[in-house]
Amino acid sequence: MKNAKGVAVLVGTRKGAFILRTDAKRRSWKLSGPHFLGAVVHHLVLDPRDGKTLLAAVRTGHLGPTVYRSQDGGRTWTEAKRPPAFPKVPEGEKGRVLDHVFWLTPGHASQPGLWYAGVSPQGLFKSEDGGMTWAGVAGFNDAKDYPAWVGTSQDLTPDGGKTHSVLVDPRDPGHLYLGLSGGGFFESKDAGASWKRLNKGCDRVFPVADPDEGHDPHCVRFSADPDRLYMQNHCGIYRLDRPSETWVRIGRKMPKAVGDVGFPMTVHPRDPETAWVFPMDGTEVWPRVSPGGKPAVYRTSDGGRSWSRQDKGLPREQAWFTVKRQAMSADALDPVGLYFGTTSGEVWASADEGRTWRCLAAHLPHIYSVEAARS
Amino acid sequence: MKVLIPSPLYSYTGGRKTVEAEGATLEAVTRSLDRSFPGLRFRVVDEQGGIRPHIKLFVNRVQVRDLSAPVGPADEVAIVNAFSGG
Repeated sequence: MKNAKGVAVLVGTRKGAFILRTDAKRRSWKLSGPHFLGAVVHHLVLDPRDGKTLLAAVRTGHLGPTVYRSQDGGRTWTEAKRPPAFPKVPEGEKGRVLDHVFWLTPGHASQPGLWYAGVSPQGLFKSEDGGMTWAGVAGFNDAKDYPAWVGTSQDLTPDGGKTHSVLVDPRDPGHLYLGLSGGGFFESKDAGASWKRLNKGCDRVFPVADPDEGHDPHCVRFSADPDRLYMQNHCGIYRLDRPSETWVRIGRKMPKAVGDVGFPMTVHPRDPETAWVFPMDGTEVWPRVSPGGKPAVYRTSDGGRSWSRQDKGLPREQAWFTVKRQAMSADALDPVGLYFGTTSGEVWASADEGRTWRCLAAHLPHIYSVEAARS
Repeated sequence: MKVLIPSPLYSYTGGRKTVEAEGATLEAVTRSLDRSFPGLRFRVVDEQGGIRPHIKLFVNRVQVRDLSAPVGPADEVAIVNAFSGG
């Protein structure tokens, strides 16, 4: 896949993984799979450094979590020799038990074989051998402030706290970010040895006195300019332009009837002014479905100063889509292709930057993640 | 001793429903299984040494909840994995 011109859309679901492939025209798609049928696949990611290595975060029913690797496009899989796991604590102490690997991020381009994994309960792991053996990033997992960062079960998502949006600065392998749900957004400038909170400007989920508490970023992406980050937060949509440390809420320009609550966020690969969100209903009991049953993607082309609705081809009514934080992605072609997957098992795609949409696959299991990659 | 393997773990045993393992405790048996079938133990026993929720271990058809429980060569160990939830 190294010199490929087409696209692969990697779909992780609650009951296995699937791969959609197409050529550069993106007209005809072929669905393959399932891989790991019956297993939860939180994330399936292609290594852009070699164009062929796939890593999958897998958990089979009640069995423990693990990671699988394929180096032949998903035809065969090898399980990690040492999957992510927290250190064993002395007898009588309560140690952390890793429930699932939630997020996978390839390391910097200059560090082939390096991968990061965000896990639940919250923690960061890394592998230096292409995903075969994993070790905890002590600077995060064992930091003295870790208990305060991750909070308690009152602060977490229903199926456990999530470590997500593990970002590696393309200019500096030592410059990392990660997000915790709940817990907030964090930055490291020393390859994970130390971390500091980076949440100023974000609204908070809880009206607590401590300004460091009550944060819940859902998904954070680098824009095409790594000094600009976009965040879909529990409380709205935000932008951060470094070196500033204060997020700006750009979701206030969304239509009031739609709001700016959601989970995923994706960006244009070449234009830092352009990003897309998939808003969901955040009123009253937080249905977290398309507002009014009318799904739409919203696009900004000016850094969040304005938003436009993109729903041509999507159902016009009675379509209660939920799109999870890992389930929206963009390819690198021109025009940019966009993809999202719903919890009702549909994969939708646009080959014209969101202007028109078509359904690529239906009747899949509950979709957890969608990643577009070269194929 | 004989160890009965649940179907979700067949991928480790090459499809074998029954395998042989050794050890004087269930803890040792799970480590013996892991030597023969790398990765199997972590799917059953977490990193703190606890039997994972919804996994049950039986010795001679009696559920045993403590990995330190003694076992002998003539015993039959069964790993049972619940299928629950939607």
